[in-house]
Amino acid sequence: MNSMDPSTKFTPDDFLVEAAPGVVRHDVNPVRQPKAKKTAAADASAGSWAAKPNIYPKLAHGTFRNAKWIVMLVTLGIYYVLPWIRFDRGGGLPDQFFLIDFANQRLLLGPLEIWAQEFYYVTGLLIISALGLFLVTSVAGRVWCGYACPQTVWTDLMIAVERFWQGDRNAHMRLDQSPWTFEKIWKKTATHVTWLLIGLLTGGALVFYFRDAPTLAQELLTGTAPTVAYVFVGIFTLSTYVLGGIAREQVCIYMCPWPRIQGAMLDHDSLWIAYRDVRGEPRAPHKKGQTWDGRGDCVDCKACVVVCPMGIDIRNGPQLECIQCGLCIDACNDIMDKVGRPRGLIAYTTERNLATATTGPRDGLRLIRPRTILYTVAIAIAGALMLWAMLSRSSIDVSVLPDRNPLFVKLSDGGIRNGYTVKLVNKHQVPRRFKIELTGIDGLTTTIVGHDDAGAPIEVGPSNVKALKVFAAVPRDKAKTLASDSTPLTLTVTEVDGNASSSRDTSFRSPGP
Amino acid sequence: MAGHKHIDEVTGVETTGHVWDNDLRELNKPLPRWWLYVFYACCVWAFGYWMVYPAWPTLSGYTQGYLGYSQRAQVMSDVKEAKAAQDTYRQAIANAAITDVKGKEDLFQFALAGGAAAFGDNCSGCHGRGAQGAVGYPNLNDDDWIWGGSLEQIEKSIAYGIRNGHEQAHATPMPRFGLDGILEPAVISDVANYVRSISGTEQVDTAAAERGKATFAEQCAACHGEDAKGNEEMGAPNLSDAIWLYGSSQEAVTQSIVTGRGGAMPAWSTRLDPVTVKMLALYVHSLGGGK
Repeated sequence: MNSMDPSTKFTPDDFLVEAAPGVVRHDVNPVRQPKAKKTAAADASAGSWAAKPNIYPKLAHGTFRNAKWIVMLVTLGIYYVLPWIRFDRGGGLPDQFFLIDFANQRLLLGPLEIWAQEFYYVTGLLIISALGLFLVTSVAGRVWCGYACPQTVWTDLMIAVERFWQGDRNAHMRLDQSPWTFEKIWKKTATHVTWLLIGLLTGGALVFYFRDAPTLAQELLTGTAPTVAYVFVGIFTLSTYVLGGIAREQVCIYMCPWPRIQGAMLDHDSLWIAYRDVRGEPRAPHKKGQTWDGRGDCVDCKACVVVCPMGIDIRNGPQLECIQCGLCIDACNDIMDKVGRPRGLIAYTTERNLATATTGPRDGLRLIRPRTILYTVAIAIAGALMLWAMLSRSSIDVSVLPDRNPLFVKLSDGGIRNGYTVKLVNKHQVPRRFKIELTGIDGLTTTIVGHDDAGAPIEVGPSNVKALKVFAAVPRDKAKTLASDSTPLTLTVTEVDGNASSSRDTSFRSPGP
Repeated sequence: MAGHKHIDEVTGVETTGHVWDNDLRELNKPLPRWWLYVFYACCVWAFGYWMVYPAWPTLSGYTQGYLGYSQRAQVMSDVKEAKAAQDTYRQAIANAAITDVKGKEDLFQFALAGGAAAFGDNCSGCHGRGAQGAVGYPNLNDDDWIWGGSLEQIEKSIAYGIRNGHEQAHATPMPRFGLDGILEPAVISDVANYVRSISGTEQVDTAAAERGKATFAEQCAACHGEDAKGNEEMGAPNLSDAIWLYGSSQEAVTQSIVTGRGGAMPAWSTRLDPVTVKMLALYVHSLGGGK
């Protein structure tokens, strides 16, 4: 079926064709084209399935390629190194800077310790991230897809590995069409083994986020790590290998919902990588000494098509498949330099600028628009709320649960007693002592199960929770004066050696007046 | 289909070859290959699963699978593991005196949790889920104990029960003053009024109460005491407090005197192991009324 694929139809003679002096005209058709341009042959692979189109992206050189290398270095660097950064917390707590501690239901990030019940902080962070993505998309299009998305970064890495072993586009295509020689076998094997190793490192790095990295690394190597660690290393090895090495651009096109969603964030003023057809058309090869008058700047060399990792032709206009990585800009600028025409035939521009370019001078970039203002305000509000929540966060957590069965107990002297389950959470990494006090009713006596003196301090261990059973009793004569069957009561917890304090409202139930 | 390849003119895509209503055709849009491979992989997985795990029903049972896995066996082994993990605590509780358990934080917490679970399984049927009791079934949250509220006394009550025929059970009955003709109805009414007046119950006929005082001293004080404070040895309730197991109305107290009262409780030592009984006693004691 590959012989039917236009992108692989290749003879060395094709390289003799020039689009312009010193500019090769690549014999390539984009494997993905807008519907209207599709040929019958392209879709008539028949059978019960469609073949995966082979794309042989050629290495580009230029600003955007460099930007992509840098982003890859930084993002992968963060991913692989972060779990190894240490942070001394003392108190027998893990010294990993970032640790998702499932066993103890908490997330450790530097000096911050987020408990499971405070997971809304993480939700807040995710909301801010999503809004940030909206803002960036409305300003600069699919920069996330083109540079920072893990799928893009790992696919880029896998393609680089493939190029390292099998050569750039032409050599790679030649190898694919050659019979199964020893050279082909070892080159293919080396590629897949390297992909799997990268997958293994990816899966390996992931599990370090959930357990002390040096300990786990030792356990993994000596075969003593928990089974679940091996399972997750395996899952992420395979998914990295399959998604980054094999599926590649198909993930973006078929699996990812984001390309569909982001249409809602784009408008006429969003930056977008586009081919300026006003300047480029009519396209035609250019011979030495020919005039540039009456024709477009595009020499139809298809350099933009061969570098595209998504297998499209940017000259066909905006397409769902385009992740806007800018590699076609690099490729085209290179050609424009060679033929002596100005750069920017393919460039970051906006739909409005593309439209006005036919009638007059281009507008500048319009950054401040209702859409960007809306996203910025939303980020500011979410950020302010998060900041306020973080700053007003108490170092203790108190919860009071009144007994429901029975609501109250009548004592032998005719008094009424209520029971409460009180939970004290010490979020500090040292043991602390607290006093519990119930106020709101005259003559109330408090007792704590297991503590002979209810007024004595109660110690809660570092980063620990203590559950206490607290009883509050009102004598008969006072109980009779209670105005209703439910009287407000306040439980106050104060730190003995510090100034932390927290109170909770609850109620005292009685038979009523 | 064979040899017939119709290409749709508008889209340039091959059709399935079927024609409806003379001109209606269906485009043949193939699935991506990765999708097909995933489908095949799922089929292979399914076959593997059928081999390894229990899968198909048969006439007399089901296919067991090569691993011989069973969720029931899994639960049994999990329970066994959990029991083994509890063993150190249970051993320590078995070896310690009940009052010492309370002093050891980890043992005490274990006993409270175990006691709460055992209470839910065995005791809540009569005493209620929150040990709140009901008419005739004592509330275990309060501080009034018919047979004593210390840890040892509670443990004994749970272990041997009350009026159940067990030789070590609490067994003293209350006489049927009315049914057995010991007291005349009018006298019983007077005594009932007097008993209710002791604890300060409202709406008492004071004249009748005054008349009943002598009869109380004569007939009731032997068990309930001169001051009506009760006697834990005899299981005679304190009649001077605010808690009434069978109700504090004139009718309820009269009925208690006429028919006598003899609530029963099973001897749990015949059904539960000593450690569970100990944990139950600690739990009940911790509910707020333990002495």
